[in-house]
Amino acid sequence: MSAWEPVIGLEVHVELDTATKMFCGCAVTKGEPPNTHTCPVCLAHPGALPVVNERAVEYAVRIALALGCEVRPRSVFHRKNYFYPDLPKAYQISQYDEPLAVGGSFTYWVGDERLVCRINRVHMEEDAAKLVHAGGEAGRIAGSDYSLVDFNRGGTPLIEIVSEPDIPSPEAAREFLQQLRNLVVGLGVSECNMEEGQIRWDANISVRPAGSDGLGTRTELKNMNSFRFLQQALESEVPRQIAVLEAGGTIDQETLHFDPDTGATTPLRSKEEAHDYRYFPEPDLVPLLADPDWVEQVRRELPELPAARVERFMTQYGLSRYDAAVIGGGVAMARFYEDLVAAGTEPKLAANWTMGEYAAHLNATGLEPGHGHVTAERLAALLRLVADGTVSGTAAKQAFALIVSERAEPGEVIERHDLGQVSDAAALRRVVAAVVADHPAQVEQFRGGKEQVAGFFVGQVMKATQGKANPRLVDELVRAALAEGRPA
Amino acid sequence: MTAGLDPLRLTAREARRLLVEGELAASELTKTYLDQIERVEDRVHAFILVTADNAAKYATEIDQEAGATRGALAGLPTAIKDNMVTEGVTTTCGSRILANYQPVYTATAVRRIWGDHIVMLGKSNLDEFAMGSSTENSAFGATHNPWDLGTVPGGSSGGSAAAVAAGEALWALGSDTGGSIRQPAALCGIVGMKPTYGLVSRYGLVAFASSLDQIGPLTRSVYDCAMLLRRIAGDDPCDSTSVALPAPIELPSAERLDGVHFGIPTEYLAAGIEPGVMARFEQTVSLIEELGGTCVEISLPHTEYALPAYYIIAPAEASANLARYDGVRYGYRSPHADDLTEMYEVTRAEGFGPEVKRRIMIGTYALSSGYYDAYYGQAQRVRTLVRRDFDTAFAQVDLIVSPTSPTVAFGMGTRTADPLAMYMSDICTLPVNLAGLPAISIPCGLAGHLPVGFQIIGPAYSENRILAAAHALEGAIGFDAVPTFRAAEAGS
Repeated sequence: MSAWEPVIGLEVHVELDTATKMFCGCAVTKGEPPNTHTCPVCLAHPGALPVVNERAVEYAVRIALALGCEVRPRSVFHRKNYFYPDLPKAYQISQYDEPLAVGGSFTYWVGDERLVCRINRVHMEEDAAKLVHAGGEAGRIAGSDYSLVDFNRGGTPLIEIVSEPDIPSPEAAREFLQQLRNLVVGLGVSECNMEEGQIRWDANISVRPAGSDGLGTRTELKNMNSFRFLQQALESEVPRQIAVLEAGGTIDQETLHFDPDTGATTPLRSKEEAHDYRYFPEPDLVPLLADPDWVEQVRRELPELPAARVERFMTQYGLSRYDAAVIGGGVAMARFYEDLVAAGTEPKLAANWTMGEYAAHLNATGLEPGHGHVTAERLAALLRLVADGTVSGTAAKQAFALIVSERAEPGEVIERHDLGQVSDAAALRRVVAAVVADHPAQVEQFRGGKEQVAGFFVGQVMKATQGKANPRLVDELVRAALAEGRPA
Repeated sequence: MTAGLDPLRLTAREARRLLVEGELAASELTKTYLDQIERVEDRVHAFILVTADNAAKYATEIDQEAGATRGALAGLPTAIKDNMVTEGVTTTCGSRILANYQPVYTATAVRRIWGDHIVMLGKSNLDEFAMGSSTENSAFGATHNPWDLGTVPGGSSGGSAAAVAAGEALWALGSDTGGSIRQPAALCGIVGMKPTYGLVSRYGLVAFASSLDQIGPLTRSVYDCAMLLRRIAGDDPCDSTSVALPAPIELPSAERLDGVHFGIPTEYLAAGIEPGVMARFEQTVSLIEELGGTCVEISLPHTEYALPAYYIIAPAEASANLARYDGVRYGYRSPHADDLTEMYEVTRAEGFGPEVKRRIMIGTYALSSGYYDAYYGQAQRVRTLVRRDFDTAFAQVDLIVSPTSPTVAFGMGTRTADPLAMYMSDICTLPVNLAGLPAISIPCGLAGHLPVGFQIIGPAYSENRILAAAHALEGAIGFDAVPTFRAAEAGS
């Protein structure tokens, strides 16, 4: 049986968070009543003309530069022609053979493995309007009674990032997208909100004999916006293609639909696929000229990119690659972590808490890093109390939950709930003596040379003090108590 | 006729003087034109819509305004080609598919002259979507040439040209994609100018071929042409292809042509020019020399490829520009369809006329995968060569002159069955659009009972040079004939 390897390429669409649309002055909005942000241009009334949004160009250039692309001094908008109700001009203004930027690469990590995917191009276009299919099941077009068009979204600036087919596995595809999303969010050009479809992608996939250079016939998964479903779809599609090829069959070049309920891919509208978009240069727009000095200025003003930040966190804070990637991948979490360290928290302790209690808290509440009651300063105050022995690590976790639920300060909850650590040696010595007296068998084991039994006694003391005892002091006292009366 | 005004002869310059000096009320002036419309419109059919009540009301308001608040063109009665959108006033583009379309905004060029307080008399007729050279392709009936009602007024701005010639408007706005201002101006014995591409905003001009379309004036004199052009020209933030004026448009006063070098392209004269047209052209050339100008023969060697290149590029752009008329958001929607695709198809089948469909199909084909390079790509290369021809010529001469149209007005219906013969009407004008240059047509006499047009072409942004030369020639030509509304011959 021959070994096969998947070859995956992605075309990622990102809606930019500009104030206005790509070619008109209408506001880019979310959740507004339908068709309240439209004008002759984005409704394609007779005689209306597009005008390029300069801020959108700047945002697109940021993305292009962050991906190491060459921003071309002259790029051209084309018309991509097709009839559909979400496209009022019946053509989309896009870029074709003279795109904004070409030839970059994106470095991403799958576990400890560093992967590089070449980027073919970054180009600009406009989003289509939103179709709402009514009367059918779950908003699908199949079986719906009618469809409504909301032109608020129509004309939103859209960036397309086209990768080369360099992605070696479904898991890598997922990591690529998550890390690319972090990059785009960090550039401040889009929130990449998943539910609102601000980032969505097409994946193309083929398989080939492992180690070969050729490319097999590919299939396409269109318009996805869930990382998980993408990985599941690819994990279903790869074995399907391998099975077809091993049975001596051929792969049809077609577009597939992934059904999350069945976990399988099925062919979609293969007849409609024979599109001829009749691209030609958009005569209503002059070529886009990107002044090299301006491009350099945008480059200088780029924020720190996630890959560089991960490296920096490893060297500056001594974090593992994994920890640095989890914390440093996204700009908001990275900022929270650095605020925590700046407030005096030891970097390793800060990392453990950022990835542990704090991340769990964000997950549970749906908050973005840095938002809500638990500020970096508040968490730092709590961790100072851990560092100076006022509370134990275990008690600090209880305190964290109480800080959240009571919207209180660390010092307050520790006092109110008596979570302070007992460091009174005399009091603890009495507890230790009682525990030692209660467990003669274990004392015998220890004295027989089984030193790890000391841990058992420490645990018993902690239990007896409801976790409030200073564990270091308990350890000391237990060893001292056990050493008493031991044969020399 | 109000106050003894002759709408067949009155110029905007003179009307403006009468208004400013208080010898004439705007309401009287407007009434003169509305009366003339009443008298001749059923024979000429220059308008798709006459906004008589609004015009009269607005003219009265202008009379009541203090002089200081009057705009530069206050009270001057104007026809607007019905492919420029006018908020709240039906704009059809001569097409059934927009028969009831109420624009929600106003074209920049129109908005500018509205701001100058012109009086809009109505929306003038045109070939559907400006596709044609005779104004016979309008969904709302053909326009007749006031010089001979059995002939066409030219097109596609035939309604604007006929309205001005027939005294139904003081002047008019038209649009020119391949000759659509200059050729009807020539056939109707008036002045028409296509400015440099980008000089006048296209925002609100219903697009036919975006890289060729340009708005311009149709007037009774060269001076009037400059008066109107200077108010509509200038860059517009709503049109990326518009440009700032390098210098203001001047009101022309030249009477001589001393030291001006004119080129006569031999290729244009080889294009089957009628003898009567040729005679008037040669006569005008000798006038140039009498005025101190010099004329030399020049060559524009790629002229023969301009027509085929034009008939690839214009339909290609049109095929995309007209795709938005799908019955979904505005305009005509066929009731004879059961699903979306059928609705698109039937709406467009019922909404568009045959010439529009022909061009959509040609354009769609020319852009198709596998044909793009052989057609659209090749046409763009030809376009570059045509532009270079002009660059080379303008290194030798200041201006280029030619007949505007190879023929005088032709009989109605005589070319409708033969699209290629119709396309030949624009052989001397459309290379100018391919090159994006400015050009004017002025009347230079009659051939038989019909007027002949004389074209002056200049380099980009040479409007002032063209207007000055045209003004000097106009004075020397002294064309003073007026249309006779000669009835169509029986059986024609």
